[in-house]
Amino acid sequence: MARRSVTKAHNKIQELSWEPTFVEKDPKYKTDYTLTKGSQKDPMKQIMQSYFTMQEEKDHRVYGAIDGAVRGNMWRQVQPRWMEWQKLFLSIIPFPEISAARAMPLLTEAVPNAEIHNGLAFQMIDEVRHSTIQMNLKREYMKNYIDPAGFDITEKAFSNCYAGTIGRQFGEGFITGDAITACNIYLQVVAETAFTNTLFVAMPSEAAANGDYLLPTVFLSVQSDESRHMNNGYGTLLMALSNDENKELIERDLIYSLWNQHAVVDAAIGTFIDYGTKDRRKDRESYAEMWKRWYYDDYYRSYLLPLEKYGLKIPHDVIEDSWERIWNKGYHHKVAQFFATGWPVNFWRIDPMTNEDFEWFEHKYPGWYNEYGKWWEHYSGLSEPNGHKPIAFEDTGYVYPHRCWSCMVPCLIREDTIMDYVDGQWRTYCHKHCHWTDTVAFRETYKGRPTPAMGRMTGKREWETLYHGWDLADIQHDLGYVRNDGKTLVPQPHVIFEKEKMWTTDNTRGIEFQSPNVLLNQMSDEEREKHMEEYRQGFTINASL
Amino acid sequence: MSEEAVTRGTGRGTRSIPPIELTDAEAGAAVFAGSDSRSYNYFTPKGRRATKYEDVTVDVQPDPEVYLTQGWILGWANGDIGYDPSWTSVKVSDWHRFRDPNEEWERTLYINNSNSVRQFQHSIENAKSENVFQDWNKSWVDILARHVSTWAHADQGLGMYVFMPAQRAAMSNMHNNAIAVNCMHKLRTAQDILLYNLELSEIFPDEFDGSVHQEVWMNDPSWQGVRENVERIINAKDWAETTFAANIVFESLVGELFRSQFAMRFAPAHGDYLTASLIGVSEREFKDRDLAYTKDMLRDMLEDEVYGEENRQLMQGWLSEWLPYSLAAARGLEPIWSETEVQPVSFEVSFGRVKSRFEELLSELGLSVPEEVTI
Ligand SMILES: [Fe+2]
Ligand SMILES: [Fe+2]
Ligand SMILES: [Zn+2]
Repeated sequence: MARRSVTKAHNKIQELSWEPTFVEKDPKYKTDYTLTKGSQKDPMKQIMQSYFTMQEEKDHRVYGAIDGAVRGNMWRQVQPRWMEWQKLFLSIIPFPEISAARAMPLLTEAVPNAEIHNGLAFQMIDEVRHSTIQMNLKREYMKNYIDPAGFDITEKAFSNCYAGTIGRQFGEGFITGDAITACNIYLQVVAETAFTNTLFVAMPSEAAANGDYLLPTVFLSVQSDESRHMNNGYGTLLMALSNDENKELIERDLIYSLWNQHAVVDAAIGTFIDYGTKDRRKDRESYAEMWKRWYYDDYYRSYLLPLEKYGLKIPHDVIEDSWERIWNKGYHHKVAQFFATGWPVNFWRIDPMTNEDFEWFEHKYPGWYNEYGKWWEHYSGLSEPNGHKPIAFEDTGYVYPHRCWSCMVPCLIREDTIMDYVDGQWRTYCHKHCHWTDTVAFRETYKGRPTPAMGRMTGKREWETLYHGWDLADIQHDLGYVRNDGKTLVPQPHVIFEKEKMWTTDNTRGIEFQSPNVLLNQMSDEEREKHMEEYRQGFTINASL
Repeated sequence: MSEEAVTRGTGRGTRSIPPIELTDAEAGAAVFAGSDSRSYNYFTPKGRRATKYEDVTVDVQPDPEVYLTQGWILGWANGDIGYDPSWTSVKVSDWHRFRDPNEEWERTLYINNSNSVRQFQHSIENAKSENVFQDWNKSWVDILARHVSTWAHADQGLGMYVFMPAQRAAMSNMHNNAIAVNCMHKLRTAQDILLYNLELSEIFPDEFDGSVHQEVWMNDPSWQGVRENVERIINAKDWAETTFAANIVFESLVGELFRSQFAMRFAPAHGDYLTASLIGVSEREFKDRDLAYTKDMLRDMLEDEVYGEENRQLMQGWLSEWLPYSLAAARGLEPIWSETEVQPVSFEVSFGRVKSRFEELLSELGLSVPEEVTI
């Protein structure tokens, strides 16, 4: 269809909406925002008749490339170090995608503007596309990569792994609580506009550098749908901004969303990009450099800042604090170290870092070796089973961390840890913004105004609580992270594919697992204060084991 | 290029390209525990082997009843969690059993809908190039403007405000994806009808009033029952109930009556074979696809070994609730049958046909017309 006739057709379909008269509208999904019927237009002017055929064409290209990769034996050149992290990444991401589809009716109920609803319908089905196209990509990895274990249990592992839970809030945040908070600010304004670039543009370029050109094929096709979603979000944000009563809520939701997604997305993608790659060319971008480009310059400076003239109050300190954690406090380096510490309860392998990796890290992040080098040398030394325990249970000097009650990533920057007695228990938080999220944002009032629609944190938020006092081998069986011989572990602290070098439950039986939060709550007040003081001081890695 | 250039990633001149290595990381390159585990093993396939549809769909929405050990981590002030079982009154022993018989996932839904779009557009193009419009009974053109176009509102209402919220709320990814595809069928059809309306405005600039459908939908007495029925389903909240009220009750009694008994039969009688074939696209989509998944979904609830009987009683209650609205909506349309110049079939005969099909459908599901309702 010619563009002119698409415009005409798009105007025509606006005739479809009407105001119901037989019933008083009673929305299932509520918001504390006040939105008045606005005149916002849908700038994408999409209609079904051109949409479906356009997407079908995009699919043709994706599935053609998949056929090519399979026939051309792409897996002869993929880096196992990279593919192993896909077991985690692709276990998580189809859920946020499908959650974005599920989130759309929250907005059709909350936003009184039928033209925007039309754009949301396309977004809904785009997200069904993203979720299932990614599940299919993972299926190809399972069928064609040397070690399918971990891909084969993918949705179960996503459900019961601590790392799956961290990733899951990125989807649950889209579909629960205040409709505008969840679906407009958290999903469209922050997740899609800020973070899809790192997710869907940075990940593909790293994949390609590691011999995997299927992930770029699929994810760049996914990303090509995202500009529509950003536009949907922009229109609704302008509607919200046009009413002064909403300003405090927008500010609250921006702090929550920007901080939470920094905590979650930078933890995961930072690790994949910097620790999941074999490409150590000095001139390739590090995660910090990508973040600066995609997030700081593209999103913060080019998208958020111009909104100040419409009255948007931007929490500049939250963005600066995120950068501070990434650049000065080694946020994703500490996350990678934690993932590797926790390898026995993962469902993917983590390759040790080598001298070549060390050199690259030191070049990109000066001071890196001093802080992390020794520990990675220990990790490497303990990677093959030689009668010792997994690294978490050997004395390297590393202190197993408390978990953040809000973002559920552990409190890894020890000096920033906050401890507080909240809702009848002692909780720990990785940062003052996470403490604020639980104690101020997700509550029944905000700055004196009632916020009945706001979401609530629920669930068993500290994963370790589930297995406090268990034998490690029993935990691994309970999780289902044991291979089909009944004893070899799915996770391994290396990417060696030799039977003799793989860890089994024989190596992990007899080790007791403990929950830091359970222990914290058992302490006397005095013990607890002392413990926290020591925790905040950090630790020193032993020179030798 | 030197060996260094291949393995260390230097390009021509000062260019820097990633090093590509042969890693021999393909399936079968080594044998070890788990190296042959090449299918998703956390669900039971419906057939002997999992289909691609199952692989990309099943359990992407987790469930505390199965593997979600930490539970949903975000919810609402009233205690509702991410996917709350209380959002429907239906109970089943295992929410993970249902499979969409149409096996829709992204690839199929784009192919199927694109085929429908093409069929629709080709039919119109062919009709235009043959100029079949000159043979149409001119009185029929006004019926297309006043009534056939008006049906688009029912599809739009169901798509946007019934199926879209329902795909948020159901208890498994299999339910929700099937409902999401249903949502798109309705929205696409609504737009198909209006774009056809746009074409007719150009073909019959004097006889065809392109926007009168809005006034008819809001005020013409024949249509008020239909609108009331749609608006009431929009305002209901139980996702299984709204899907039932829309696809079992409303579509069978009102949708089929209008599409297959009126539009598809009355158009040819006025020389218009085009409308019949256009409306046939969505009629087939409903019968072959949307009704099929709805029946399977309900059967799964009705045949549950623990809650089947409870669910049957619940659905009988839904029939008592929704049948009167849909019967009123259908009967409300009766005057349209005598507005046309030619009447190939009477309203009573048309309505009798859909009623008897509806009763067959109920008996297939083990349900029956409640005693207090006369159909
Ligand atoms: Fe997406
Ligand atoms: Fe999106
Ligand atoms: Zn935190």
